[in-house]
Amino acid sequence: MFGLLARRLAAALPTLAGVIVVTFLMTRALPGDPAAYFAGPAATREAVEEIRRQLGLDQPLWVQFGDYLADLARGDLGLSITTGQPVLADIAQRLPASAELTLIGLLIAAGFGVPMGVAAALRPNSWVDHLCRVIATAGVSLPTFFTGLLLVYVFYYQLGWAPAPLGRLDAFSSPPPQVTGFYLIDSLLAGDIETFTGAAAQLALPALTLGIFALAPIARMTRGSMLSVLSSDFIRAARAAGLSGNTIVIRYALRNALLPVVTTLGMVLSFLLGANVLVEKVFAWPGIGSYAIEALIASDYAPVQGFVMAMAILYVALNLVIDLAYQAIDPRVRIEA
Amino acid sequence: MSASAAAGGTVGHIRHVLSENPVTGLSFGLFGLLVLTAILGPSLVPYDPLASSDAALAAPSAKHWFGTDNLGRDVFARVVVATRLDLGMAFAAVALVFVTGTLAGVAAGFLGGWTDRIVGRVTDTIMAFPLFVLAMGLVAALGNTIANVIYATAIINFPIYARVARTEANIRREAGYIEAARLAGASTLAVMLFEVLPNVLPIMMVQVSLTMGYAILNTAGLSFIGLGIRPPTAEWGIMVAEGAGYIVSGEWWIALFPGLALMLAVFTFNLMGDGLRDIVDPRRRT
Repeated sequence: MFGLLARRLAAALPTLAGVIVVTFLMTRALPGDPAAYFAGPAATREAVEEIRRQLGLDQPLWVQFGDYLADLARGDLGLSITTGQPVLADIAQRLPASAELTLIGLLIAAGFGVPMGVAAALRPNSWVDHLCRVIATAGVSLPTFFTGLLLVYVFYYQLGWAPAPLGRLDAFSSPPPQVTGFYLIDSLLAGDIETFTGAAAQLALPALTLGIFALAPIARMTRGSMLSVLSSDFIRAARAAGLSGNTIVIRYALRNALLPVVTTLGMVLSFLLGANVLVEKVFAWPGIGSYAIEALIASDYAPVQGFVMAMAILYVALNLVIDLAYQAIDPRVRIEA
Repeated sequence: MSASAAAGGTVGHIRHVLSENPVTGLSFGLFGLLVLTAILGPSLVPYDPLASSDAALAAPSAKHWFGTDNLGRDVFARVVVATRLDLGMAFAAVALVFVTGTLAGVAAGFLGGWTDRIVGRVTDTIMAFPLFVLAMGLVAALGNTIANVIYATAIINFPIYARVARTEANIRREAGYIEAARLAGASTLAVMLFEVLPNVLPIMMVQVSLTMGYAILNTAGLSFIGLGIRPPTAEWGIMVAEGAGYIVSGEWWIALFPGLALMLAVFTFNLMGDGLRDIVDPRRRT
């Protein structure tokens, strides 16, 4: 298992190198002259040259790249002008909020998408199948920021069921003592049921918004893969042996059909992490997405670049986890590899 | 088989696909409507999309079909006029990536070797990022302009085109007509451009429709967070952003109508893409 892990890690290295090169080029492609930008509008020509020397921008590109790598190795992503904090500290502080939202969104999507796909595959071309297709196509067609606003209008303004879309907790509650950074878990660990329900209520609409968006690819993939498994020989054999319908569908077909669904999770996560940014803006969610947007508006570039880098590394790591999970589930892949 | 019989087969096939799935026919109709709105819209609307009036935050009525926004601008006029800009940006991005992605993919699949490795490395690197996040980073780095939003949208769609074109070119590498063209003395470049490329194009056309929806979502999403288009320009994403603050006080129409228009456009292209795929490449149906 360790050999396998090492091989997979090694395979992720070129991708990681590509990510670092791209983010480095982004820092050097800043609109206009980065030195003039950091020196401020009132700076003299000499001051700009001085800053240029300090930042190492007068060096050849490969030397700059070396400096960039050294900074990265020390975890130095620069300072945020808006918050005055190191970007890495800002991101680390805000990451749990984004992670909690994305994970719950993914759970909602899988919880509805998989049964939908199974139902559609059991009766292809029936009304269930067509309904599934329409819901799935509508799900990807809805811009996440628009779905979020619709949900706010219906559940907050009209029905009054949901709290105001203003962050992770209402203004009167204080966050639970930090253990994992996930309010749902931390509040339970602290035995604080009131905070738990408060946090869950705040989380419900943004997570649902993300879930609706990610539902479509999961439902489609489950349907396609269930269809091909259901027509395979071992299912026919199980039917001939007289096993009950439920046993066949759940124990035999679904377990095999879920494997290709796990591989598409990578793509689903790419969608989710992107949509996350928009949902965070709609719900004033204090995650890394809204951090990046605030920085963008203030033309504060270090946090934006740190955010892009953090998201890419997170995504590469998640893909690695999916890969390993896939091999843990399916022994055949291990033998071929 | 004569030419007319082949044509009859194609028409028959299209008719069969349409009859089995009436939704595809509907999507073609909606597509026509969108294109007409984009072309004629600005000359048909009853109000100037940028002119404010005293009637701010008026609910939808016979006078203002979609109501007015906080500056008293007519939401219907703005939604209609924005069609051209939204479809135009997405179309520019898709056209750009259609040409570059298809050529790169065909070259990678047909030539193999170093070309294949370089194109593969580039697509892998792009796919290592969550795509919307990469688009954000690119626009932030290159500068906050409409042109850069279009480039960023093209770049994040590049892997889809390059990969599909690579696969399709690769399976045609050893085809009989390719061998024939080679034997007839055509250069590698000529075979690639005049034999492989035309055969790959129909499948790439399907990608155009499938990615148009995604490109519209992406450009609107970027303007929603303040990248690309700037106020007071009428654009669906920015209009939803402007209306977002009024949702919690009950003025739903400012955000709802541009959002619905956005959704309708994306829905149309997604449905049409599925239908086109059934027509061009029936094996890929899911």
